[in-house]
Amino acid sequence: MVETEIKNLTMNFGPQHPAAHGVLRLVVEMDGEIVERCDPHIGLLHRGTEKLIEYKTYLQAVPYFDRLDYVSPMCQEHTFALAVEKLADITVPLRGQYIRVLFSEITRILNHILNISAFALDVGAMTPLLWGFEEREKLMEFYERVSGARLHSAYFRPGGVHRDLPAGLLEDVAKFCETFPAIIDDIESLLTENRIFRQRTVDVGIVSKDEALDWGFSGPMLRGSGVPWDLRKSQPYDVYDRMEFDIPVGKNGDCFDRYLVRVEEMRQCLRIMKQCVDEMPDGPVRTTDNKIAPPRRGEMKQSMEALIHHFKLYTEGYHVPAGETYTAVEAPKGEFGVYLVADGTNTPYRCKIRAPGFAFLQATDYLSKGHMLADMVAIVGSMDIVFGEIDR
Amino acid sequence: MDEALNHLGGYIADKAGEAVASWEVALGELMVVTSRDKLPVLLKLLRDDSNSLFKVLVDVTAADYPEREERFEIVYNLLSLSHNQRIRVKVSADESTPVPSVVPLFNAAGWFEREVWDMFGVFFTEHPDLRRMLTDYGFEGHPQRKDFPLTGYVEVRYNEEQKRVVYEPVTLTQDFRSFDFMSPWEGAEYILPGDEKAKEDAAGKTD
Repeated sequence: MVETEIKNLTMNFGPQHPAAHGVLRLVVEMDGEIVERCDPHIGLLHRGTEKLIEYKTYLQAVPYFDRLDYVSPMCQEHTFALAVEKLADITVPLRGQYIRVLFSEITRILNHILNISAFALDVGAMTPLLWGFEEREKLMEFYERVSGARLHSAYFRPGGVHRDLPAGLLEDVAKFCETFPAIIDDIESLLTENRIFRQRTVDVGIVSKDEALDWGFSGPMLRGSGVPWDLRKSQPYDVYDRMEFDIPVGKNGDCFDRYLVRVEEMRQCLRIMKQCVDEMPDGPVRTTDNKIAPPRRGEMKQSMEALIHHFKLYTEGYHVPAGETYTAVEAPKGEFGVYLVADGTNTPYRCKIRAPGFAFLQATDYLSKGHMLADMVAIVGSMDIVFGEIDR
Repeated sequence: MDEALNHLGGYIADKAGEAVASWEVALGELMVVTSRDKLPVLLKLLRDDSNSLFKVLVDVTAADYPEREERFEIVYNLLSLSHNQRIRVKVSADESTPVPSVVPLFNAAGWFEREVWDMFGVFFTEHPDLRRMLTDYGFEGHPQRKDFPLTGYVEVRYNEEQKRVVYEPVTLTQDFRSFDFMSPWEGAEYILPGDEKAKEDAAGKTD
């Protein structure tokens, strides 16, 4: 028999591929159908957000955060708002904090629906996407009612939130909390016991506890590996310390566990949302410090001082005292952090955005080595990757 | 909280000896400054010592301070799950001084260091794969440096005649406007365009 030398095949996966979650380009070296090496090429959606923020005032920087991870916008504004509040020593009124927590959890559900349904689509199930998007639409309606925008809301601002909740919103959120568990059950009935779904996800892309820490994982990727770590519990911000909720953890750290963690997190989100609705206090929604929060329009018609404040805040903005902070929140995908350096002027000196997906994608090569090509798609799907935040 | 951080800072300074150049607690966050050659030793200590156990390297980033002698500050953010604490480690570097890579200690550092190389041009020695990360293939320069213009140097467009994407120097239809926001009573210097040449001329004549 003649020995033939078989050369590894190098394949280009993406950037235009339905399972590439946007613009992921993977250069995969394959031995038959086994992945030998996989080199993610990122940066196709790089917009220079960090550089742009250095040229904008603190308030003008807020909308950039919506555009990072565009399926969980408010959680990212939250990080920036907390970072600025820490540097400028601003306290947010209680109602503002409750509204932020309520909308952070709405955002978490928005994100998890998209991830679960897109993940299911990657491994061959179409229906969860169709069912999930109907619910996303309802949640985006809540977004629209408070901020006027369905996606890029710019609602959380340093000092609180932009405006108070419109009448009737809380009742509708409470109604949603009643109806949504049935939808989660429906989606689960399609996936959790589904033989094909299990064959595609169980024991695929296993991450052990130590590996997860070594690769800098956070969020469901870390909890899927059995590490009970959630910044909402361990380093609570706003009113998360008043909320009662549980942290689901996985057992094996495979794609299926990460899916289960996300499903359970949605149920816990509903618990938090209900508590927010029940306990929502009255009062102002943003700081009453006129040097930070602009005055109401009605006030401006009457008061010269309010008019001056309005003019100053929307042209020059406020000055943040020199200092630096690393502030992180538990975004739906994991730890989303902002390293903010202020130099005493009205623009940030440096604003580094730490995206959870960046650390996940880095481990793609390690996780998919030795798996089949189709498993690699499942692994990338279970990581919850959105390119807006990775490429920045 | 601050007390625990002060305690931890003191402990690390004792334990690491000269690897810690200085440390401080500001805004409830602990920050340690070290030198380039001592960096891997310090991070290893922070990771393995039972009183710190900073097992997660959350982030590596840099900041550019062109007025300093060593213009770049490389910032390592670490997280300890067991003690629920964060720490920030800083080293300084410039364009020609490389920083030792911490990939052997933390796998997570790989891409973060690549990004710092891409954005700032800080070189990491013994990094397994120090390519550009976010910028275009064949990009020149390091965009996060303060002397890199916000608009960049080149722009791309699709050329219908050549049937491919072409790179051209940036043309701005409107001048780039950078507002200084300084109060005219507090130190803003208004120099009319062209006036600085007059000064140079005057200086030239006196020589």
